[in-house]
Amino acid sequence: MVVPVIELTGIVKSFGPVDVLKGVDLKAFAGKVTALVGDNGAGKSTLVKGLAGVQPYDGGSVKFNGQEVNLHSPREASALGVEVVYQDLALAENLDIVQNMFLGREETTFGTLDEGEMERQASETLQGLSVRTVKSVRQKVSSLSGGQRQTVAIARSVLKNAKVVILDEPTAALGVAQTEQVLNLVRRLADSGVAVIIISHNLVDVFKVADYISVLYLGTMVASIAVKDTTSDDVVGYITGSKTYEGTNV
Amino acid sequence: MTTTPATPPPTIGSGHEGSIRDQITGYFRGVRQGEMGALPAIGGFLVLVILFSFLNSTFLTPLNMANLLTQAATLMMLAMALVFVILLGEIDLSAGVTSGVGASIFVVLVHNYQVNWIAAILIALLTGFTIGTFIGIFVAKVGIPSFVVTLGLFLGFQGLQLIIIGTGGAYRVETPEVSAIMNRNLPIPLGWAFLVIAIALAVGISLWDRARRTRAGVANRPLALMWARLGAITVAGVLFVGFLSLDRAVSRGSLNGVPIAHNAIEGVPIVVPIAVFILWTGTFILDRTRFGRHLYAVGGNPEAARRAGIKVGMIRIIAFMTCSTLAIVSGIFDASRIGVVSAATGSQIVLSGVAAAVVGGVSLFGGRGRLTHAAIGALVIAVIANGLGLLGLPAGANYLVTGGVLILAAAFDAISRKRGGGALTR
Repeated sequence: MVVPVIELTGIVKSFGPVDVLKGVDLKAFAGKVTALVGDNGAGKSTLVKGLAGVQPYDGGSVKFNGQEVNLHSPREASALGVEVVYQDLALAENLDIVQNMFLGREETTFGTLDEGEMERQASETLQGLSVRTVKSVRQKVSSLSGGQRQTVAIARSVLKNAKVVILDEPTAALGVAQTEQVLNLVRRLADSGVAVIIISHNLVDVFKVADYISVLYLGTMVASIAVKDTTSDDVVGYITGSKTYEGTNV
Repeated sequence: MTTTPATPPPTIGSGHEGSIRDQITGYFRGVRQGEMGALPAIGGFLVLVILFSFLNSTFLTPLNMANLLTQAATLMMLAMALVFVILLGEIDLSAGVTSGVGASIFVVLVHNYQVNWIAAILIALLTGFTIGTFIGIFVAKVGIPSFVVTLGLFLGFQGLQLIIIGTGGAYRVETPEVSAIMNRNLPIPLGWAFLVIAIALAVGISLWDRARRTRAGVANRPLALMWARLGAITVAGVLFVGFLSLDRAVSRGSLNGVPIAHNAIEGVPIVVPIAVFILWTGTFILDRTRFGRHLYAVGGNPEAARRAGIKVGMIRIIAFMTCSTLAIVSGIFDASRIGVVSAATGSQIVLSGVAAAVVGGVSLFGGRGRLTHAAIGALVIAVIANGLGLLGLPAGANYLVTGGVLILAAAFDAISRKRGGGALTR
């Protein structure tokens, strides 16, 4: 039995009288892509915000490589190697790729920015992900396309030995070719040994890239299945609540 | 799912590769794509200088040029102060009155309380620091738009200044050291010594940058390009100091073929090294420290900065502190030049400071601009006032032309940006 990098058990979270997460279990494995799907309001974002340390859970256990951990701040999550790439990417357009990738964790010598060192690490990370769409690491983000920006955001998340990368709707705003590029990148990311959790509404993308699918329905994890054991129709059924998963969860 | 391509990905450049020719074409590509920086302001400055030197024979004399520098210094200082908050997309409408409050506190302390002038300046600077902290906390922690907070202070501080100075009063600046800032010059050898230090510093930092890049194993720009740049700085510096080392006193004619003796006016005005030092230090902090990088990031996308773990509120507070403190320096400059501090000192200058920053190419939306841009913008505005003054045009013309130049500069920037769409170079 492989120990999951992240194992959530019985996670609960409520906002006032509203129970958003009602005892959710989730696993993510190194080198695998786990898709987190569910309709709007199912609790996907809340689950992810807890993992990122932005909104701590009310209860339940979080295990990281089998060890019980606390996730109460983004700093703790980041220290464990949990990185989130949000849908709006959060890049500063007035800065270049290197500056964005190192934002908040700049390399310095004698208190001044070590641009050469940062440039080298940024190039190596991008090359490690076989990125071929970026010509210069000193391009301003304002000059990049949506797919290139997504690439930069993903590269930033793996810059410092990320163990778990959570991608929130990485292909939502992209065209066909750029979606393809980003999905390739997600696959390479997992192949490099990272546990990837991808949130998506697009089941075509999910079936292309994911190894496991976890379906949230009204705050409950109704199914966690290997992609090869299920079909798109079944997953739509679990998402909408019109079908119930009978098998055992991964 | 497609598999990873078998061929290795091409190496990703950084814009530092290639020959001098590549570098130059890269630079012009950036300019065409809207990365104009201070180019329009520099162009405007040169056009105005050439224009005025044809229209008036006094304009290009060393005396007037030195005069222009001291005229520009107050505005330059204030515009540089404002850059720190404008880079965040914020504004400090109270910077002008803050400079006035600083000058008032200084002069009243020296005059009425016999405080040592250095202590008085330090107390004035500390006042600016406090004012900036106050604004910063109200903007960053309480969440009031900086426009509103500083508008309130703009109104309030005019009253504060009136109270400090006393109704209708005005104080002469009688501290020789402070009067000297704008009205006295460095001994000629000292002017050259400062130039040598500045050039040595520039060479040292350029070489250090190259060494660090080499150690990291990334491409460096051609060495020749570095020396060309430093050479250009040296030539400009030598011309500048040399020009200001000429005796610029107005000749008193001659009697029986012998020139009538006069006191020579020569050397770099004392304000110049002070302003250059603040410009250089500020630029160093903005370009080369984490604080500077974070300031630009907060100006570009505060949410991105927050998620990157940057303490956005703290950056805002420090920016306002810096702005108000430097505004006090501008107030001291003003007191030095005018020689009098009144209740109206500093009440008019703030919008000219904003105009100087914008003319120089600093974006009011935040995230884009440099201290040098503001300094050059201030020179443009000062040259308009100086030149039109020499032509004997009424003060109204000055305001009209300055306003026109501001709109022209903003339009130029907007159009070049729209046409370019984006930029490839840094």
